[in-house]
Amino acid sequence: MGRAGLGFLLGSAFGFGLVVALRAISGLEIFQTEDTGYPHIIVPAITGPLGFLAGLGAFDYWLRWAAGKPTIPEDHSQHGAYSWKDYFKFNTDHKVIGIQYIVTTFFFFLVGGLIAMVMRAELAQPGTQIVDPGIFNGLFSTHAAIMIFVFVIPVFAGIANYVLPLMIGAPDMAFPRLNALSFWMLPIAGILFLGSFLVPGGAFDAGWTGYAPLSTGAPLGQSFFNLGVQFAGASSVATALNFLVTIITMRAPGMTFWRMPLLVWANLSTSLLVVAATPFIAGVQFMVLFDRALGTNFFQAAFGGDVLSYQHIFWFYSHPAVYIMMLPGFGIVSEVISTHARKPIFGYRLMALALIGIVVLSYTVWAHHMFVSGMFSWLRVPMMITTLLIAVPTGIKIFSWLGTLFNSVLHLRSTAMLFALGFIVTFVVGGISGVMLGMVPIDIHVSDTYFVVAHIHFVLFGGSVFTIFAGIYHWFPKMTGRMYDEKLGRVHFYLTLVGMLGTFVPMHWVGMEGMPRRVADYAAQFGDWNLVISIASFALGIAQLIFLYNMIVSWKWGPRATANPWRAKTIEWQVSSPPPVFNFDEIPRVVGGPYEFGVPGARHAIMPGEEAEVKPPEPAVVGTAGGGGGSPGGGSSP
Amino acid sequence: MLALTAVQSVVLLQFDWFGDAASDESGPIDTLFDVMIVLSSFVFSIVIVMLGYSVWKYRAKPGDESDGEPIHGNTKLEIAWTVIPTVIVLVGAAYSWIVLDDIEAQADDRMPVNVTAQQFKWTFEYPDSGVTSDELHVPVDRQLELHLTALDVIHAFWVPEWRIKRDLVPSGLGGDEIDNEVVVTPDTEGSYSVVCTELCGLGHATMRAPVIVESQAEFDQWTREQQSAAGESSGSSGGASGGNGTSGASG
Repeated sequence: MGRAGLGFLLGSAFGFGLVVALRAISGLEIFQTEDTGYPHIIVPAITGPLGFLAGLGAFDYWLRWAAGKPTIPEDHSQHGAYSWKDYFKFNTDHKVIGIQYIVTTFFFFLVGGLIAMVMRAELAQPGTQIVDPGIFNGLFSTHAAIMIFVFVIPVFAGIANYVLPLMIGAPDMAFPRLNALSFWMLPIAGILFLGSFLVPGGAFDAGWTGYAPLSTGAPLGQSFFNLGVQFAGASSVATALNFLVTIITMRAPGMTFWRMPLLVWANLSTSLLVVAATPFIAGVQFMVLFDRALGTNFFQAAFGGDVLSYQHIFWFYSHPAVYIMMLPGFGIVSEVISTHARKPIFGYRLMALALIGIVVLSYTVWAHHMFVSGMFSWLRVPMMITTLLIAVPTGIKIFSWLGTLFNSVLHLRSTAMLFALGFIVTFVVGGISGVMLGMVPIDIHVSDTYFVVAHIHFVLFGGSVFTIFAGIYHWFPKMTGRMYDEKLGRVHFYLTLVGMLGTFVPMHWVGMEGMPRRVADYAAQFGDWNLVISIASFALGIAQLIFLYNMIVSWKWGPRATANPWRAKTIEWQVSSPPPVFNFDEIPRVVGGPYEFGVPGARHAIMPGEEAEVKPPEPAVVGTAGGGGGSPGGGSSP
Repeated sequence: MLALTAVQSVVLLQFDWFGDAASDESGPIDTLFDVMIVLSSFVFSIVIVMLGYSVWKYRAKPGDESDGEPIHGNTKLEIAWTVIPTVIVLVGAAYSWIVLDDIEAQADDRMPVNVTAQQFKWTFEYPDSGVTSDELHVPVDRQLELHLTALDVIHAFWVPEWRIKRDLVPSGLGGDEIDNEVVVTPDTEGSYSVVCTELCGLGHATMRAPVIVESQAEFDQWTREQQSAAGESSGSSGGASGGNGTSGASG
């Protein structure tokens, strides 16, 4: 860490010096502080983080190899965590990286949520009470950017990072060093976003969508958004490449594509979206940065720029982005529901094909974010048709989960299952408002109003976040080796559900009646519902503190968990909790589908040292009565 | 499920979700939304009933550690729930397309108004009469053709009671291909507000302008008053007479 800090300082100094020197040589004023440029801050904001990564040791192995020197396999790249300090280092173990991702992203979740609490406190009544419009605009912009780029997208990467290699019987990801580098780019992105609060002009305030020309003319903070997106995007793309290669080449023998758990299918689909779409947002944010700092005119109408092209390029990524934020959650829901309802996923193959269908269709709908933008009017109807069609594969998934519950043995003893079932309700509501928004005449009325805010939070909170919670509760015992407190989990779930509905349902109504979005203030007639929304949102916020407490206390002092407290079939549950450092002594052999509940003698994978026999059920917690003792299956730790 | 759908639809249809309706366009749009309410109630009730039923009927008894039935799927059902929603959404798309064409149909006697947005103010200019104002006065039951331009960043024009909304985009040298014309026919006299609905900076939340829909006679009167006020302040005579049915030249 010390080396990393030094690297950051050296990198920043180098960048700063470069700007000063080049500008002095060119005869330009050295510190350009008017308008939007600030190159003496922007360039160090790029070179500083790169220096940090170099100091951390992220590039050591590759630099030695490139220089022709003998490489040291373990130089600055540890594997496995033996103390809490290891989590602050450059570590190539996918299980360590997974936890690094999850903890870091939840930190940003709490920051983003706190920002939302301030916003709701301001919006509780008409007029200005706590923050003036300038600050407010910065708040909703950073709230969304943080939640999207450094919480939802990467937390799914983190959960999958931990679970997926175990689930496919692999010893690690295909590129462990790249994996570690991907993680470390993430706090950089978050710090850039938050750092924008500290610069002259304040936090970026053109919305997370950053439309030009509002963004090209905005103060310095906007450039921090442009750069933060690059680091978050690079992290995301590198991880997706890693997942694609891992899934395609490192599945255990016998795991054909049609025997992969749906979490693996979901991450495969998401990774396809990430690698193809993310370059577009990276590109368009560079174009904005260049307009700001280099005097280009991509989006300057007066100089022949094409203002609307920003929106086309931006949304060409950002629509697939919303599926990037949902598909891994679909995978998690399939794992949780099949396990806790003790039943195969209904229509497994169509579920996998629906994921691929969503991937393909998601590239054809972007202009539904632009129905009132003044774009080519003929584009609206085709985009409406594709937008409405994408409801079909999504609907297939909902119906399949419902079909899975039919004739099941439905256990509600895990908070994970509560969140998965709650997700089905809230996501359907979000999907319904989405279909409404897809119809151009309705969208003309409700576009850019609180109706849209309601829709996005139903699908992002009631959708993505609910599935994130489901995944955390479901795999908590596997990751930490301890059980969380189920009673606290239930309180968290019910308070979150009620708070979420109370916050986001009324937003539909005020939107339809005329309240625009992204407003620090509103017409007096909307005051009553806004007060209700704000109060509900405070309850929602407090509920997350209960979750935080449960996680921290259970991780440190919770009762020890067995290998397979949920009696699931997939491979990660067949090794100890937490798993051995190198996952498996020998790679397991897959002999059947992942959800073969109810078929006596059916096996998904045969672990090394096992005969092909059915094991007796284990209790959830070591030492309690019932079932065989809690001996973990699979490899032993070295 | 049908019972729940019916109950939910009836309850939800009682509400005036989009608020007061004051334009010809609001009729088809609001009806489309009402149809969606019924359809959504149906979909939602399917999900709630199936979910509730399963949680009630298949809930595991304490101590039951058995597995559920090994049902992997049902091809006919899966085909049905792929094909039927596809048909429903395509029908929905067709209906929406018809509504869209309806609300965008241009009348022969539409009256042009140039709307200019800037941070953080609206300006309305009437080419037929030469009047410029920061209030939007319009005659009732006459189709307006709004020509939308922005001077700095993107704004959006919205009168909630009219339902119609469109962004105002700063356009450039070569003439961007921006579809910046939109038609609307206000059909109820009254006072409204145009609200900016695209984030445009610090003053976005309060960027509003008064909208007055009045009879043709009152509108002509207002037009004449604006022209004579402009004539007095600039010392020149006013522009051409406005609209149909007005008599004589201006002041």
